Amino acid sequence: MSPLSYRIFGRALLTAALLASVSAGAAMAQSYDKDASIRIGSLYEPQNLDNTAGAGQGINEAFNGNVYEALFQLTDAGAVEPVLSADYSVSDDGLTYTFTLRDGVTFHSGDPLTAADVKYSIERVTADDSKSSRKKSLSTITNIEAPADKTVVITLSSRSISLPYNLSYVWIVNDAATDITATEDGTGPYKLEEWRRGSALALARFDGYWGDAPTNGDVLYQYFTDATALNNALLTNAVDVITSVQSPDSLAQFTDNPAFTVTAGNSTTKELLAYNDRVAPFDNVKVRKALARGVDKAKLLNSIWGDYGTLIGSFVPPTDPWYEDLTGVDAYDVEGAKALLAEAGYPDGFEFTLDTPDYDPHPIVSQFLQGEYAKIGVKMNINIITANEWYTKIYQSHDFQATLQEHVNHRDIVFYGNPDFYWGYNNPEVVKLIADSEAADSTDAQTDLLRKANEIIAEDAASNWLYLYPQIVVSASNVSGYPINGLNSQFFAYDIEKAQ
Amino acid sequence: MTHVPWCCKSEQRQIGGWPILAYTVRRLIILALSLLIAAMALFVLLRLLPGDPANALLGVGATDAQIAAARAQLGSDQPLATQFVQYLGNIARFDLGTSFVSRASVIGEIGNRMAVTVPLTLLGFLLALVIAIPLGIIAAVRAHTWYGWLISVVSQLGIAIPVFWLGILLVTAFSINLRWLPSGGFPLRGWQNLGEAATGMVLPVLTVALVMAASLLRYVRAATLDVLGSDFLRTARALGSGFAEALLRHGLRNGAVPVISILGIELASTFLGAVVVERVFSLPGLGSMLLLAIQQRDYPNLQGVLIVSTLLVLLIGFFADLLQRLIDPRLRDRARGAA
Repeated sequence: MSPLSYRIFGRALLTAALLASVSAGAAMAQSYDKDASIRIGSLYEPQNLDNTAGAGQGINEAFNGNVYEALFQLTDAGAVEPVLSADYSVSDDGLTYTFTLRDGVTFHSGDPLTAADVKYSIERVTADDSKSSRKKSLSTITNIEAPADKTVVITLSSRSISLPYNLSYVWIVNDAATDITATEDGTGPYKLEEWRRGSALALARFDGYWGDAPTNGDVLYQYFTDATALNNALLTNAVDVITSVQSPDSLAQFTDNPAFTVTAGNSTTKELLAYNDRVAPFDNVKVRKALARGVDKAKLLNSIWGDYGTLIGSFVPPTDPWYEDLTGVDAYDVEGAKALLAEAGYPDGFEFTLDTPDYDPHPIVSQFLQGEYAKIGVKMNINIITANEWYTKIYQSHDFQATLQEHVNHRDIVFYGNPDFYWGYNNPEVVKLIADSEAADSTDAQTDLLRKANEIIAEDAASNWLYLYPQIVVSASNVSGYPINGLNSQFFAYDIEKAQ
Repeated sequence: MTHVPWCCKSEQRQIGGWPILAYTVRRLIILALSLLIAAMALFVLLRLLPGDPANALLGVGATDAQIAAARAQLGSDQPLATQFVQYLGNIARFDLGTSFVSRASVIGEIGNRMAVTVPLTLLGFLLALVIAIPLGIIAAVRAHTWYGWLISVVSQLGIAIPVFWLGILLVTAFSINLRWLPSGGFPLRGWQNLGEAATGMVLPVLTVALVMAASLLRYVRAATLDVLGSDFLRTARALGSGFAEALLRHGLRNGAVPVISILGIELASTFLGAVVVERVFSLPGLGSMLLLAIQQRDYPNLQGVLIVSTLLVLLIGFFADLLQRLIDPRLRDRARGAA
């Protein structure tokens, strides 16, 4: 398949998926305004414009795939597809990757894409002062070379089947652009028009784009600090689409109104009660399983999200290739929970403290858990802490019994393979499976190994996975073609169509 | 034919004289001292916050060596006394550093944000005055009529309403139902896009003004009632002034003195109220910058916003005191006696 048709095929798939997900045909009008301005309302303003400088999730939302492209792209459906990489080969030992870059690609400044730019861009992410959350996953890279204008050779210290996936997080930036905290030079279908901190960011169609032109003329990300103000902006037609709805309470005004379309996709955000598995009684698997069975998660999810959201029974969301429904492993069972506690040597229960971050939804969740655990004889004390304290007390010092946290990343089951992680889960079999999965010689083998690891952590009740957040996008009904899952917080704008 | 009461002749002689200058200098010294004390308090409070700023700068997963390097770069490894001297020096040079998070200059960012907060505060305050002064006077002069009574009751209600709730009510009425005005946000090009920026400011200004007017009105009404029972007003009437003229020439002037000292405090609280209003309307002002800086442990931004807003509040108090002396010769005489 030629590179160009590849991209078209990818988009066709996405469009088909959207067609299936959007209920009414009315939204998919045949004619759209190819110069339309798409106004996107969001709560996630980037703090700066550099994804290696602590810009936050907002920069992925605005820039991934829109302004910057990578060698590969994580699509909205969860697949990894080539973008700026036209072709690549892997040596037999799996340690040398040779990439051939796509022809005819230019940066917004007019410079052509070269192998030197790719080398520069990867080294930007792995640099000492980089704050990229993906830095560690690229740590197996020992050498990057650019032997020819369009050829990049990456050498690894150990096999890394996830390299293409990890490279989807690496923006390809012009090597002439040294500071991109307030400006950009990418290859994407849009270029940055203007950014006003605290209010809005404007992107305009890049006429020199190598691929298909976007189905709209320009994009405005309008930022809000308050969810109600964001919803009001959509209600009053000040924006066309809002990237994520934070509370189900506000949905009624859109679901009952034909002027709006509500789509519920799969997020990767997991709400979990993480025990400190190093300390008693949480070092006892029976105690952990009892605490998992003692919570009516369906009721919890319903009381927070109404009919939205999903129970997954483990840490892996449906958009990860190794997903499996494990809700049956420790299903809700009060009597079973009490029996397990007795077997573990706690027939009269015990007392523990849950460090609860002070922002939604954690305080509500903790109160629900307190009530549930009282029913199995466990007394849970709630200690409210700030995000800052969470970071120093729990993440850094591991000084806690149990805590609540939402984990947002895609493919983050690998955390259970790190015994030094804050929750201290240490099962040598899982550590080995996760290490082996990275060294696998095919994605199928990787998927099998990670599925097995996920089954084991579920069986071990390593943490108490409460629910998976829904990903809800609401738009005016004359707008379609936007991503519905928002994986890695991405919000590709180039397929958005506005009916004429 | 009216007579000029003694108080005003005395004032004409002394305006621009030395006593007011001496007072200004003394008041300036107090201003500088207050600022120093406030700066010290901020310094101590920010260092009492849990966690090292270096952690905030580096984020998750930093190595010990990186943290040590960041501490050296930030100066947080220096003794507190050294840090304090450096900090005062930086403030004196208006060097507020660069944000940990955005990497942008703090003072530049504050300048951009003031373009929203200052107009919001001042316009809201002016509108509040325009509403409160006439209504407050009417409520006092016509205290025993049904509308005088109504004004009092409504203003009492206004005081009881939280700012954010009024904002939400106005949005519901004028944005969502009537579709007359935007519900929030600020245009990409700010005031260059004058029409959009101005319409975007209408509801926030109205929110600030209504809440402020309600409490100002109470003060204006009380001051007017005081004046109505005063000897000088009776004297002016006895000397032949009509009621309205006596009230405007002598009553307003005397009534203004207590109101101005309140105005200083109220203007400062309008400024603080704007923080809440900015959040309700998603306006990129100092308030949203402050809240974000707290959330993100962005110490330079946090410190910068707090210092600048402290300075503004102190300046407002300074000008209110000065204005009071200019209007009221009795306070000036006291100032001269003390000098």
